[in-house]
Amino acid sequence: MKTYTFTEKKDTRSGFGAGLTELGRTNPNVVALCADLIGSLKMNQFIEENPERFFQIGIAEANMMSIAAGLTIGGKIPFTGTFANFSTGRVYDQIRQSIAYSDKNVKICASHAGLTLGEDGATHQILEDIGLMKMLPGMVVINTCDYNQTKAATIAIADHEGPVYLRFGRPAVPVFTPEDQVFEIGKAIQLQEGSDVTIVATGHLVWEALEAAKVLHAQGISAEVINIHTIKPLDDKAILDSVAKTGCIVTAEEHNHLGGLGESVARVLALHHPTPQEFVATNDTFGESGTPAQLMEKYGLNSDTIVAKALKVMKRK
Amino acid sequence: MSNKNLQDLTTQVRRDILRMVHKVNSGHPGGSLGCTEFLVALYTNIMHRKEGFDMDGIDEDLFFLSNGHISPVFYSVLAHSGYFPVEELNTFRLLNSRLQGHPTTHEGLPGVRIASGSLGQGLSVAIGAAQTKKLNKDSHLIYSLHGDGELQEGQNWEAIMYASAKNVDNIIATIDLNGKQIDGATDDVLPMGSIKGKFEAFDWTVIEIENGNDIESILEGMATAKAATGKGKPVCVLLKTMMGNGVDFMMHTHAWHGKAPNDAQLESALNQNPETLGDY
Repeated sequence: MKTYTFTEKKDTRSGFGAGLTELGRTNPNVVALCADLIGSLKMNQFIEENPERFFQIGIAEANMMSIAAGLTIGGKIPFTGTFANFSTGRVYDQIRQSIAYSDKNVKICASHAGLTLGEDGATHQILEDIGLMKMLPGMVVINTCDYNQTKAATIAIADHEGPVYLRFGRPAVPVFTPEDQVFEIGKAIQLQEGSDVTIVATGHLVWEALEAAKVLHAQGISAEVINIHTIKPLDDKAILDSVAKTGCIVTAEEHNHLGGLGESVARVLALHHPTPQEFVATNDTFGESGTPAQLMEKYGLNSDTIVAKALKVMKRK
Repeated sequence: MSNKNLQDLTTQVRRDILRMVHKVNSGHPGGSLGCTEFLVALYTNIMHRKEGFDMDGIDEDLFFLSNGHISPVFYSVLAHSGYFPVEELNTFRLLNSRLQGHPTTHEGLPGVRIASGSLGQGLSVAIGAAQTKKLNKDSHLIYSLHGDGELQEGQNWEAIMYASAKNVDNIIATIDLNGKQIDGATDDVLPMGSIKGKFEAFDWTVIEIENGNDIESILEGMATAKAATGKGKPVCVLLKTMMGNGVDFMMHTHAWHGKAPNDAQLESALNQNPETLGDY
């Protein structure tokens, strides 16, 4: 069993800010837009270095998304920044018509996704955004797990021609993926090799899946852990290869069980290899105020729940 | 293009619009007919356009149609401007056509740079394109067209506020002031007060074209608008038009906003607009 450690915790949104800063230095076509959340999105450095390539839109997300679509005409690569809720639900029609249906090369970068936004409560904690975005034809959907992966993904999506939804979060979480990684859209990463149960996780739940695998290992259970940073296009082969060995699967995400990673995985399994599956996700509910740790515990989005679901799904084989 | 030729093209575009919507018994003739002179003048005499089409449109003026439901006039003018064969107008709203009910880039129709139909997004898109022109040090202009009823969509006012705040002075946004929308007169559906006053309050330069169905007036007004660009403020043209212009029974009513003529109505309408350049 591989050992994963971390020396520091950092927020994934800072990974986005670092990636954007690097793009500012390397790709003259990259431009950034923000709807009055520069500090939260960690865009300060990019703005300082490239003031002419930054557009402060004000609190007007609909305008921001459509302006981003227009900026692509003439070769720019716009990165929009605001909270996940205001990046998706608030502006769904702008994204649908002006970006996705119009085939525009816009990168929708969404921070403070999910419950871990914390104390602001359910008005700001979107748990439906993966579903909203993955249903749009042509949209790539990425949910990164730590600072390094978020930085790498931010850099990588500039080279992808077409709309991308990049989802990350607010709290400081363990940094455990390599600093020098090359991010490959749509390519799952096997973090633990195992034979008894497959755990497929995305975003903040990837670290929890690794913690769960350790607990399971202590009980003599061999868990395969896969980091699915890209929910669309989904790495079907990685999932099918794994369940061919293990015969059961747990999916884990900071999102509603309706419309999320779990449903995408279930579709692949139903089509190619029907397999018992358990879901670690929110149960068709809104969030509430609380600390990120309290919320993740209350809504069962942690390693304890992953362990419990793994034990349950193994009995269904 | 001479005024006589412009007039002939306008009449032919009118025929195209009527025949397109009649064939598929759907579409929006009213607003299309009202904006025929404007779009003909824009594409033939006002905009600086390159040969052919590429999405980026570097070193040429660009046009964005925000009120996408007037696609019949847009498609006809694009075809007569050489973006695709005029015969393709025959496929309007048919299965597998590039001429979708509302304009889209998705089917690869040359001349279209953004999908529109869901209202209120086009001004923001046009502003984004205008800001890219500035980044690219491209001095060409962005033109856009919007319905007056469309201004009821709140996103417009986000965009109107933004454009003046950010000195987007390389855009000419034209509002089709026909005073009508699907449910009736704009003054009955949702009175908007003085649109001119609102744009001026948002610090735009406003140019009024009193007879928006007269080519001379359009050319003169748009020349004034063009002269007003580059001075730190976005430019708005209030184009007073007659919905259904050129077909007597379609004028002075909102009834033909989204309704196609039947066979007898088509015949009457075409008789009022005799063939000039040849039907497709």
